[in-house]
Amino acid sequence: MKHSISVTVNGAKWTGEVEPRTLLVYFLRDTLGLTGTHVGCDTSSCGACTVLLDGRSVKSCTLLAVQADGASVTTIEGIGDAEHLHPVQSAFWEEHGLQCGYCTPGMIVSACDLLQRNPDPTEDEIRAAISGNLCRCTGYQNIVKAVQHAAAAMRAAKPARERVGAPAD
Amino acid sequence: MAFTSMMGARVTRREDPRLITGRSTYVDDVKLAGMTYAAFARSPFAHARIVRVDVSAAQAAPGVLAVFTADDLRDVGDVPTAPQIEGLKVPKHPPLARGRVAHVGEPVVAVVASTPEEANDAAELVDVEYEELPAVVDLERALKGAPYVHDEFGTNVAYTMEVNSGDVEAAFANAAVTVSERLLNQRVAPVSIEPRGMVAHWEPGPAHLTLWSSTQIPHLLRTQMALALKVPEQRVRTIAPDVGGGFGSKLDVYAEEITAAFASRALGRPVKYVETRSESFMSTVHGRDQIDFIDVAAQRDGRITGLKVEILANLGAYHQLLTPAIPTLTLLMVPGAYDLQSVSVKLHGLFTTEAPTDAYRGAGRPEATFLIERAIDLVAAKLALDPAEVRRRNLIRKEQFPYASAMGLTYDSGDYHAALEKALRIAGYDTLRKEQARARDEGRLFGIGLSSYVEVCGMGPSSALPAPGWGSATVRVEPTGGVTVMTGASPHGQGEETTFAQMVAERLGVPIDDVVVLHGDSAVVQYGIGTFGSRSTAVDGAALYNALETVREKALKIAAHQMEANVGDLEFKNGKISVKGNPEKSMSTAEVAFAAFRGVNLPADVEPGLEATRRFEPPNFVYPFGTHVCVVEIERATGAVKVVKYVAVDDCGNVINPMIVEGQVHGGIAQGLAQALYEEIVYDENGQLATGSLLQYTVPHANQVPNYELDRTVTPTDVNPMGIKGVGEAGTIGATPAVVNAVVDALAPFGVVNVDMPCKPERIWRIVNGHDGKANGKAAVS
Repeated sequence: MKHSISVTVNGAKWTGEVEPRTLLVYFLRDTLGLTGTHVGCDTSSCGACTVLLDGRSVKSCTLLAVQADGASVTTIEGIGDAEHLHPVQSAFWEEHGLQCGYCTPGMIVSACDLLQRNPDPTEDEIRAAISGNLCRCTGYQNIVKAVQHAAAAMRAAKPARERVGAPAD
Repeated sequence: MAFTSMMGARVTRREDPRLITGRSTYVDDVKLAGMTYAAFARSPFAHARIVRVDVSAAQAAPGVLAVFTADDLRDVGDVPTAPQIEGLKVPKHPPLARGRVAHVGEPVVAVVASTPEEANDAAELVDVEYEELPAVVDLERALKGAPYVHDEFGTNVAYTMEVNSGDVEAAFANAAVTVSERLLNQRVAPVSIEPRGMVAHWEPGPAHLTLWSSTQIPHLLRTQMALALKVPEQRVRTIAPDVGGGFGSKLDVYAEEITAAFASRALGRPVKYVETRSESFMSTVHGRDQIDFIDVAAQRDGRITGLKVEILANLGAYHQLLTPAIPTLTLLMVPGAYDLQSVSVKLHGLFTTEAPTDAYRGAGRPEATFLIERAIDLVAAKLALDPAEVRRRNLIRKEQFPYASAMGLTYDSGDYHAALEKALRIAGYDTLRKEQARARDEGRLFGIGLSSYVEVCGMGPSSALPAPGWGSATVRVEPTGGVTVMTGASPHGQGEETTFAQMVAERLGVPIDDVVVLHGDSAVVQYGIGTFGSRSTAVDGAALYNALETVREKALKIAAHQMEANVGDLEFKNGKISVKGNPEKSMSTAEVAFAAFRGVNLPADVEPGLEATRRFEPPNFVYPFGTHVCVVEIERATGAVKVVKYVAVDDCGNVINPMIVEGQVHGGIAQGLAQALYEEIVYDENGQLATGSLLQYTVPHANQVPNYELDRTVTPTDVNPMGIKGVGEAGTIGATPAVVNAVVDALAPFGVVNVDMPCKPERIWRIVNGHDGKANGKAAVS
């Protein structure tokens, strides 16, 4: 028996019925056609499916679509497009933080989650924050550099008044 | 090749915008009207006779469109294997098991349904009665005799190969010292983050079969699909869309591809199958898996004079595309970077009831490098010499190139000592040794490991391979001046859409934004051999170089005719063809292309169009080399290894894009380090896979690997016109022994001279705490 859910994905509200066993990742990929979110394993190990749920990173293979009822989801397509790249996307490009690109959407979403919580992370904090995401191509070094690069760019771009109360850079 | 602004530049990648925005198309993103989904019922046993297959419940399940068994596929060809090795035993390998199964995860029945969920549910209802047979999982026992994986052969030995060079017996008779060791090179899994997948679509039309596949070899796959399904090759179209990593595991033709195509023909609808990660661990090829017995003869000064190697190579249950060929690369590279002419090697390729092994990043060369680099350290330990000094005394000297190796190869070019010295200098080797002495005084376990590797790649001369080894490229200058390249390489992360565009921009003087590089679609691209064996830039790049030369020559002829000048007076300069000494008199590449397209006022012997297709047959392999230095510290309480420094000096000849080269080395080192410290595929004594998911199989996370300090030396090759060697596998080949040598060095105070991979905490804790069954332990260090 199908369940009715209402979920906002990349700013657009969707209301409809889903199978109770449908995982969030397959709802995004198959029902909404948002194929930027990838599936790399069946044990919640690889993080290729990472999306933001109400602003926090989650592995969308570990949630049922019905659990996203009433929530707001941001996928890689909602982070930025080619004409309006998010600073994290730009940094991955500039620092060669990807090769095959399959882990990249999840990796970028995890980095976004980190940088909104911690705008000036240490290298150890970056490595810990992306440790739920596996990359087989890069050896992670350029991913770490990309996150550092994005953090610096985002701090520089943020007007000083918005940083009142935030930790000093 | 003249290096100007574009060549050698850190150009950001042209493939990235689609990848960083989620607008890429991997095979699982392909959607077709009427799509159906396949699932496979797989063997739960390592070895069994199939007594009965009952698919009635699966057929009756909701959404099921068809169920296929080996009987349905009886007219379909076997899963193909390419190597032609004398005396090679080739077992039958039907896409769906016929009568028996020989490894856990072997596909037995295929179910096709309207949704993936229905297909998976129905596959669970397939009822197969098995009569279990004994598993064969121990290589040394497999060599000795029964039980056999394939009874029809009366042996588990698929082939034996032997090479003897020089006078090995004299070397051992005259040796000052000898060392012997049994080295384990454990089975590992490639684990591209994108699992294998395919969509097969059979329909009337010019292509009867279109197969999207996450493959590294779209054209070879096309040929093999045509043969297996008995469909004319011109009626098969293969497409490698964006492919999420391969590392050799997608350099293959798989049972599921043949079955999906067959199912699509039977149903008249497209069929999609994407393996789960658990299925991937069971049925995608694994890599490595050798036991190597080495005996080394050396003089007192550390000069190695003789080497005997016996290789037991685990081929698994069946031959995939290149399975039996992989260990032969180990055999060929046994002497490594050392001037060592008295060598004997005996290789046994062995069947076991495990998943087939095949190419995995490095493919046979990491095993060779591991055994010779361990051998060097064993000799150094035996003679109490510095391992760096032993390398110095044995490395091939630069004046010896081209070097004829004991195994019959010709190493093209090198300066191995320069790479060694540069790596030692960057690492601060002498300081590190002092730091080690201090650490040992404090009771800390601090180790320094070296690896001076050479590898054979740029696969390669066709005569030396089980498949063609040439490269191909088409360059088409469009009427409006832009350039389209069609490459026979099939990049899946290596960045040739960028490096090849750099070559075009350099040679034709056009802006890089005016170049597009197409690959991976057999309907678009001339036959190409694909991407593997660090061959794309060295071989397909060379074909591109030659195609660009042909286009340049034609452009000069047309420009000379149009400007009423002599060809010899013209030059390519600043994006134009100009008369030497009179730059005012010039035509842009776009003007020449339009003139060639317009077809008016061309020289009499020149056809319209500005386009060339060239193929490049490499006269030899290329031989990248380098030295890696790894420094580790081991935590006594847990046995955990921490890499505190990693320096790699690699030489891959001339470089088009250093950013991409560094990325290849980073990833390569991470995979080599992962084999040294973390990863192993484990089958238990019943042949059950104990590491069947990413929970048990420990691909390292970001906080388990270090930063790498990279540098290069540059020794061009004359094998191709650009002087380029490959770099895709070098990091992996160099890294594993550097890390293990560091771990062994850290444990030297315990009398340890070898540690089996992976050097995991438990194994090391037992050594450090005297629980490894040997008499050493705590007492060895005060």
